[in-house]
Amino acid sequence: MGLLSDPNRRRALISMLTRLNAPICMLCYCAGVCWFMGLAFEPFTLRTYMSENAMGSTMVEERFPAGERALATAREFAAHKKKVGGMPVDWLVKTMQARGLEVFTQSFSRVLPFPDENKERYIVKGTNVYGILRAPRAPRTEALVLSAPCSPGDNNNQAVGLLLGLAHYFRNQIYWAKDIIFLVNEHDLIGMQAWLEGYHHTNTTGMKWTPLQGRGGSIQAALSLELSSDVITSLDIVLEGLNGQLPNLDLANLFYAFCQKIGVLCTIQGRLQRNDWDSVSGYSHAVQTMMLMVMKQASGRPWGDHGLFLRYHIEAATISGINSFRQYKTDLTTTGRLVEGMYRKLNNLLERLHQSYFFYLMPSLTHFVSIGYYMPAFGLLAVILLLRALDLWVQLVAPPARTEDGIAEIEQSSPGVRSVLTPLIISHLTGAALYLMPVHFQEMAVEHFPVSETEAVVLTAIAVYTAGLALPHNTHRLVSGEGTEQGWRVLKLVAVLYLAVLLGCTALINFSLGFILALTMVPVAAFVTPDVPKVLSAIVFVILSPACTLLFSVFLFQELQDMPVSLQDGWMLYISVISQGILDHYLFGSLVYPLIALMVYPCWLLFWNILFWK
Amino acid sequence: MKLFHLFSFFAAYLVADSSDVENSVGQFFSSGHTNNWAVLVCTSRFWFNYRHVANTLSVYRSVKRLGIPDSHIVLMLADDMACNHRNPKPATVFSHKNMELNVYGDDVEVDYRGYEVTVENFLRVLTGRLPLSTPRSKRLLSDDRSNILIYLTGHGGNGFLKFQDSEEISNVELADAFEQMWQKRRYNELLFIIDTCQGASMYERFYSPNIMALASSQVGEDSLSHQPDLAIGVHLMDRYTFYLLEFLEDIHPASKANMNDLFKVCPKSQCVSTPGHRTDLFLRDPGSVLITDFFGSVRKVEITTEAINLTDPIQQQEESSVSEDANKEMYSYVDQLPVSEIIHQKPKQKDWHPPDGFILGLWTLILLVFFKTYGIKHLKHIF
Repeated sequence: MGLLSDPNRRRALISMLTRLNAPICMLCYCAGVCWFMGLAFEPFTLRTYMSENAMGSTMVEERFPAGERALATAREFAAHKKKVGGMPVDWLVKTMQARGLEVFTQSFSRVLPFPDENKERYIVKGTNVYGILRAPRAPRTEALVLSAPCSPGDNNNQAVGLLLGLAHYFRNQIYWAKDIIFLVNEHDLIGMQAWLEGYHHTNTTGMKWTPLQGRGGSIQAALSLELSSDVITSLDIVLEGLNGQLPNLDLANLFYAFCQKIGVLCTIQGRLQRNDWDSVSGYSHAVQTMMLMVMKQASGRPWGDHGLFLRYHIEAATISGINSFRQYKTDLTTTGRLVEGMYRKLNNLLERLHQSYFFYLMPSLTHFVSIGYYMPAFGLLAVILLLRALDLWVQLVAPPARTEDGIAEIEQSSPGVRSVLTPLIISHLTGAALYLMPVHFQEMAVEHFPVSETEAVVLTAIAVYTAGLALPHNTHRLVSGEGTEQGWRVLKLVAVLYLAVLLGCTALINFSLGFILALTMVPVAAFVTPDVPKVLSAIVFVILSPACTLLFSVFLFQELQDMPVSLQDGWMLYISVISQGILDHYLFGSLVYPLIALMVYPCWLLFWNILFWK
Repeated sequence: MKLFHLFSFFAAYLVADSSDVENSVGQFFSSGHTNNWAVLVCTSRFWFNYRHVANTLSVYRSVKRLGIPDSHIVLMLADDMACNHRNPKPATVFSHKNMELNVYGDDVEVDYRGYEVTVENFLRVLTGRLPLSTPRSKRLLSDDRSNILIYLTGHGGNGFLKFQDSEEISNVELADAFEQMWQKRRYNELLFIIDTCQGASMYERFYSPNIMALASSQVGEDSLSHQPDLAIGVHLMDRYTFYLLEFLEDIHPASKANMNDLFKVCPKSQCVSTPGHRTDLFLRDPGSVLITDFFGSVRKVEITTEAINLTDPIQQQEESSVSEDANKEMYSYVDQLPVSEIIHQKPKQKDWHPPDGFILGLWTLILLVFFKTYGIKHLKHIF
């Protein structure tokens, strides 16, 4: 007979499952964490390589000459920006036209759900200016984008200067097979979102913008420049985009190939690569780089202007110049040559970048881990939930222990759907409240408390979150199956399976978010019963809840970037992170905030309910 | 007296000369070929395969320079590099870096272009099975006195050549196409040159006579590209064809260089891969085959003022009476060229095998079992 259909063997399997459940769960958890930490160990990673044949080996001699002129243009731009007090639209239009591009503008406005500390006002209005360099001989079917943000103050002037210098140089060449769009966007991400929506004729976020008068073909790749100094010591590439989406690895490979060729120092996550992978400090360096990438990806924010392109299946990255205290400086001409070389290679593309990986982690710029290697780490954590679910199922189905009289048997009737449904509904209603209340009731909050709108929103969110902790004591009056042994088991089975599905789906889209949530929520989900000591486990529960995970992540993130913060500053940072998350959701459609509010938090509340079942 | 001697001398000379002319007439029409054709194929497209187009065009250039006219060249280019949007020097295809040599020129005649370069079209050109509407410039109108040069370049592997990133031609198909050509008397001699990775695998399967083959690399080796041009941004030529072009630039229509020199082109030190060649199907000795027999179109011209009888005078034949016992012969096609004698093949195995030890042992076993079961007394029923 088969393994599962033979009753004897089945009984043996089941008894082994119930006996060894806890040890296997702990083993899987440790294995999952060790696997994840081992991903940064260099022998387990692969060297990056160029997968696209059309971008072959770098062979072009870059000839961009005009770095000094770009600096002069940058200074002009800065002066005009200061004079106008925002984006100098007319000067930009005139300059781009002088370089022979077809120039168009787009104005946009957005009503923010609440003003954040950057904007300090409800309505954001701006203008994007872009010029199109038409390919001399090609049909206008494909385009490349080079963009630089117009930032307030003294930031990113040199980026705009370099952009205009490159536009002038590119205009004189005849070998462009795609249109090149030079874009200067205002208000960083909001302007970029308006431009992209206008370009692709979509309107997903409720922004108002004027339609684009001029257009190129379908965009194949995009680069965003961020340069705030005349000379740089290194170039940093930023890959993480909206909802943790990453561009094709070939773009990072291209960047690295040109860094090697031109001889510029290149970094990722702002950290230089080290060669001593077999020493402890070398390994911890790689782990820290990977953890930075994981945390940036988990936050779901676009970490550069490029982050919004990824949603439209356009491979994009941000290159930012860093000027630190190093002796060897690279001037703007060399940086221009690097960008020129990258664009000549992108020019050779015949189809979108698709040969290399879309899901990867990078412990350094030359090594990567693909999805096939990092997913088992999450799988091991998800297996714990499935084992727990099997264990609960066995307990539920097994015949109850017989007592002398049959009275005990009658009591253990099936609890029915109501005992499970009620906590589910109440938890999800709380989640919906967490999602809706902060933004909608901010005026009421501001009336009653002396805080700014941003803080009001965040504090409302935290208040709703904490109020949810009091739920079990109140919902017990409604729940009929309260106190029964079967009741909490059924609820836990449902909750564990719900958590497994939720985390699985999250990990597929955004591995980092799924993994971090799994790390903290799987232990509590696996081991919670009404019988554990209440106070201790309540404290552990709260420490491992999503909100506290976020708090610790903020501190860890600052620590990893070598900018540790004090508790006070950390708290303010935490508040701003939450407000940014909510704002990202309303402005760009980031999914982290609704996911946590509507799904993860109710799931966590279910387990909280189980803890206080009796 | 002296005049007589002179006259007799002159007469003797004339007689000798006329017999010389008769002899040389015999030689004139017993030599190999009367016309030359070339089929030059580049099978890969895309900008980063610039070098394959440059390879083909440089062989085209040499072949044209040595005398084969466009009407006798079938040029198949899978992509247009000269007018590609990415070409910084439009309307040119360079074979040497620093733009020394433009092989595109201004009189290139491409017969099959772009997506017309397919395996089917290539095989149809070779075998002549083209639709009636095909223009003459797209046909290989060769006869049994044509020497044909076939040059293929592109990306290949062990036993196949890739056409246009979407299909392949295998070495078996190619060998069969050449056999069709032989049976339809479409060539006198054929020179096959291939410049791809593992090119020697493509000529392994040839079995038709009068084919000589050269390849740029052996099975398991890659053919490497030669120089990148830093202004254009691609590799311009493959190594084998680059050195082949250098070799051919020294050939002029009257040169006497022979095939043994061609086999020495691009040794391993220059090519990194090992070029190979195959001459066992070829009847003549490669040392006696001139390069211009295939690469050029050298016409033999002999000027004479004599009248020469090419055939015997026509004579009337008497009608032979049909006799009843005229044996009716069964006619069959003579084996024109006993190929199997030329290619030293293993003798075919006979079908009947005498029983070997295994079968004997098996029968012995069966008999033993039979007698054990039924007893020895049944022996008399058998014998």
